Amino acid sequence: MTIVETQHFSLDQAHLKSGEKLGPLSVAYETYGQLNAARSNAILVFHAFTGDAHAAGYHQGDAKPGWWDAMIGPGKAFDTDKYFIICSNVLGSCKGTTGPDSIDPRTNKPFGLTFPVITIEDMVDVQKALVDHLGITKLLSCAGGSMGGMQAVTWAVKYPQYIHSAIVIAACHRHTAQQIAFHEVGRQAVMSDVAWNNGDYYGKALPARGLAVARMIGHITYMSWVSMEQKFGRKLLDKQKLGYDFSKDFEVQSYLEYRGQSFVERFDANSYLYLTKAMDYFNLAEGRKVSEIFKGVTSDFLVISFTSDWLYPSSQSQEMVRALQAEDADVSYVEIESDYGHDAFLVEFDDQTRAISHYIAKVGRERAGLA
Amino acid sequence: MIRLDYEIIADIIEPGSRVLDLGCGDGELLSMLKMKKNCRGTGIEISPEQIFRCMERGVSVAQGNIDSDLDVYENKRFDYVILNESLQQVLNIEKVLNDSLRVGKKVIVGIPNFCNLRARLQISFMGQVPVTKSLPYKWYNTPNLRFLSLKDFRDFCTEKKIHIEKSWYLCEGRKVVLLTGLFADSGIFVLRRE
Repeated sequence: MTIVETQHFSLDQAHLKSGEKLGPLSVAYETYGQLNAARSNAILVFHAFTGDAHAAGYHQGDAKPGWWDAMIGPGKAFDTDKYFIICSNVLGSCKGTTGPDSIDPRTNKPFGLTFPVITIEDMVDVQKALVDHLGITKLLSCAGGSMGGMQAVTWAVKYPQYIHSAIVIAACHRHTAQQIAFHEVGRQAVMSDVAWNNGDYYGKALPARGLAVARMIGHITYMSWVSMEQKFGRKLLDKQKLGYDFSKDFEVQSYLEYRGQSFVERFDANSYLYLTKAMDYFNLAEGRKVSEIFKGVTSDFLVISFTSDWLYPSSQSQEMVRALQAEDADVSYVEIESDYGHDAFLVEFDDQTRAISHYIAKVGRERAGLA
Repeated sequence: MIRLDYEIIADIIEPGSRVLDLGCGDGELLSMLKMKKNCRGTGIEISPEQIFRCMERGVSVAQGNIDSDLDVYENKRFDYVILNESLQQVLNIEKVLNDSLRVGKKVIVGIPNFCNLRARLQISFMGQVPVTKSLPYKWYNTPNLRFLSLKDFRDFCTEKKIHIEKSWYLCEGRKVVLLTGLFADSGIFVLRRE
């Protein structure tokens, strides 16, 4: 694909689930392909936790394409010759959409911790406003992995009449104790860095160490036992024998360090707190039985999980599938064989393409009148 | 050429029926029911490779295990539950049949005849576990867990008070009417609760 540009959409106000109001907001988004005359070929794609609106194509001068470029483009799973793909940066992130690092118009300073706590539902509400703004009344599909999958399933529950289908990858309908626990350790790492300074660090030293440690923990949860063993094993780092000190001996240590460091350069620590919190609050059941979540859904579903994903294990996807089957929804589900753990949705392109491309074509044919 | 068992099953099913195909394989039957009979169908299949093939055909399919995954469906949700060439691969036959009869108004079962003439001859005269066109697997690679004859299945239905509404007997793509226990390599039965 060729050069793409991030665009911006302004929203006067968002009414948040917490009861607070936030606005005006700016939403960063990109689109790929052409919207057809009937406006019936639009697909909304959601990024995961630390992703952004740049899902595909190249920004001017960039060597690397968008984060899901292998899936979005001419002839790819999300075929831009046929469909109009939209991807926006989520509320609370730091990649162009209003978040804690944005300037609060009331004070002319970054929000920091005065930014309201947001939820997955709030992200989805902002996306809904964007879709309205683009003049699309019904999405052919909405799709995402991990936190993106949470948004997809939330769209299906909250705005059933606005989508024909939801593609929910490596996700869940609620965050579990273990998922919350890993996030909590990450947040504690950030907050215990003195530079974090209660979220007021903009223009000063960043809580770099805390955020790097948080990211290291995250990375461990995104990989699998097998993928770590294959990638690193016990390989030593530029040395022939163990150092018998606390310098880095193993390659895996340096990998995590590198990942942590590079993350600090591209992500805001407060956004890390807000987005992990949003995921931890995610629970579509909210006191009801799982089977009751999907009462009233009208869209079709494709659910995908990965065998070695222990962060969002297949059992959670299967729980959703069963609840959807009980509600008589049209649901397809496949557990893709992979050693890549939770990262698989950003790696296993062949199998995902095989499932998704045909699935979207079917939904287009059967529900949206596309040829 | 359409497989005779698919043709027979498609003839049984009324247009517009809701169908659940347990062990739907590559989705050929479901796809045919959708196109020819305008059925609303879905499948359960255990193999990811087969699921991808279903998706290529535009068939709804969920990966799952039919031994355990039927509990979620409410009573009589489907007009037909199909178990074509899958029942013999099931661990808990009675539970799966009971669940199928619960969630489906009728159940269509297609099973191989492990005691057809060729199989009997191989056992009797060659002293070998039969390997025939219709029973292609060797003892060490068969996915089948249950080895039964058509008579065994009918007896089972009688014992469990399952009514056999209709039955067909097939051999190499043709219908068999005489000495079916010997000459048929498979049978198709339409079942309902008595």
